[in-house]
Amino acid sequence: MMVKEQRVTKDEMRRVNGILAVAALLLLGVGCGGGSSSHTNSNTTSNTNTGANVQPITVNAGPAGNYANGAFTSVTVCTPGTTTCQPIDGVLVDTGSSGLRILSSALTGVTLPQQKAASGAPVVECLPFVSGFTWGPVESADVQMAGEKASSVPVQVINDTAYPVPTACANWGASQGTLSSLRANGILGVGLLAQDCGERCVSTGASNPNFYYECPASGCVVVGEALSQQVANPVALFSSDNNGVIIELPAAPNPEATLSGSLIFGIGTQSNNAIGSATKYAVDNFGNFTTVFKAPGSSTSQSYSSSFLDSGSNGLFFLTAASSGIQDCADANFFYCPTSTLGLSAVNQGAGGVGSGTVNFSVANADSLFNNFSNDTVLGELAGPNTLAGFDWGLPFFYGRNVFTAIEGKSTPSGVGPYWAY
Amino acid sequence: MIVLASALLNCLPAFAGLGDDVSSVLADQAHMQGALRTTQTAAYTVHEIKTPTGVTVREYASASGKVFGVAWQGPWPPDMRQVLSNYFDTYRQASQAQASSHAGRKPLVIKQPELVLESGGHMRSFNGRAYVPALLPSGVSAETIQ
Repeated sequence: MMVKEQRVTKDEMRRVNGILAVAALLLLGVGCGGGSSSHTNSNTTSNTNTGANVQPITVNAGPAGNYANGAFTSVTVCTPGTTTCQPIDGVLVDTGSSGLRILSSALTGVTLPQQKAASGAPVVECLPFVSGFTWGPVESADVQMAGEKASSVPVQVINDTAYPVPTACANWGASQGTLSSLRANGILGVGLLAQDCGERCVSTGASNPNFYYECPASGCVVVGEALSQQVANPVALFSSDNNGVIIELPAAPNPEATLSGSLIFGIGTQSNNAIGSATKYAVDNFGNFTTVFKAPGSSTSQSYSSSFLDSGSNGLFFLTAASSGIQDCADANFFYCPTSTLGLSAVNQGAGGVGSGTVNFSVANADSLFNNFSNDTVLGELAGPNTLAGFDWGLPFFYGRNVFTAIEGKSTPSGVGPYWAY
Repeated sequence: MIVLASALLNCLPAFAGLGDDVSSVLADQAHMQGALRTTQTAAYTVHEIKTPTGVTVREYASASGKVFGVAWQGPWPPDMRQVLSNYFDTYRQASQAQASSHAGRKPLVIKQPELVLESGGHMRSFNGRAYVPALLPSGVSAETIQ
């Protein structure tokens, strides 16, 4: 492992001084050929974990305020190859997507070069999320977190007005182009995927899902985008510790104001990121596993085959009020409001039978949570309806667990990604 | 040339879908350049369209010829304006309102008298369904639509 050059501004240097000092010590230790034993291992409580591959994360209200169950962190972006950098706070840590996306309104201290198509026109992306889309130019940045760095990473700078939104993009729904709609300064996608679109976006034609456009003055048209040019999971582009991440958050049985934890880079690459006794769950071609669940009041279990772990979902989302028998809230029917807290359990089964385990969870009355704990952002029993296809195991699932996300195509001691483990 | 053809198709005004007459299914198929498969039951007909981008869209039409429900599944969402037709604006406004409300990012669930919609998933795996309660044929459960 090489000692990486640290290119940061003086402000940033002061801000992360402690972390870098520890990082330098660890890097020196490894460089001398002796495994350092001075840092903690993955079995200890997460928020004491330190090292060059340990990025602090915090569950708090986020930059827009009033966020529940959102894990935020600070990502430093730099003009490639320079020491001109800006730390961006309030970036949501999301295992449900891949790629770094930053609101243009938050990107004030650094200029990033625009990616250009073969024609010389700027490349602009429309990225669909479940409840809308983000639109804005693809730019290139050096991305730094903890002691790790990825060079010249294609990132999306979210901006509704720099280029007109194409019809096919607007047809996905509402734009999430502002702080009030995104509810974060950016999204750090550290999921199973190496790029956000993949092969279908490489060439134009009917099979292209219309993510990438080139936008000359005459207007935006869909363009073929090579994999290496697509907005990428920055972790996959680190020079080391690049095969996945671990999210470590302490248990939170009761509502709390905030919760501190770690985003750890690499799986089985350092002494603090071994997979240990965690169970590996394989995924299908869509990144899903199966959750088996017997709804309250139902006599039989059913299999929900499009289930997934998503730190970027802010509750535990499953079934619908009609199919689960759990009452939804009168005022916010996208959350559950049972009359008393329900203790439930489900079984997660990895694709092809790789991985199986029971998950116990609780569903509290969401209205009561919001009314009685209005200053708390850590609500481990917040749940709501989803589609009938699967369980969306959001951030409350991560409380009290070390959750491993292995990136597609990357080797780990437990096999090649993609997979989950916890 | 291919870029141009794709751009032109995206501009076609042939939007149709939820709440529309069953004949619009053919317009959907043309717009999505998809392959069509039809399944018939006593109470309704399911038209399944597989689009070249890998998204499966199912349209549920009653015996009286109205599309009362739609469902989708694929690595990305379908053209939601196409699928939801006149209910697209309701969908867009509801998702905007939910994003701007407190709490945070989550699946989209709309439960209004004129439109019920659930949309979920993650990058490279999207699914959902929508239906118009007033158009559900008698004896057909909403859970049928998926």
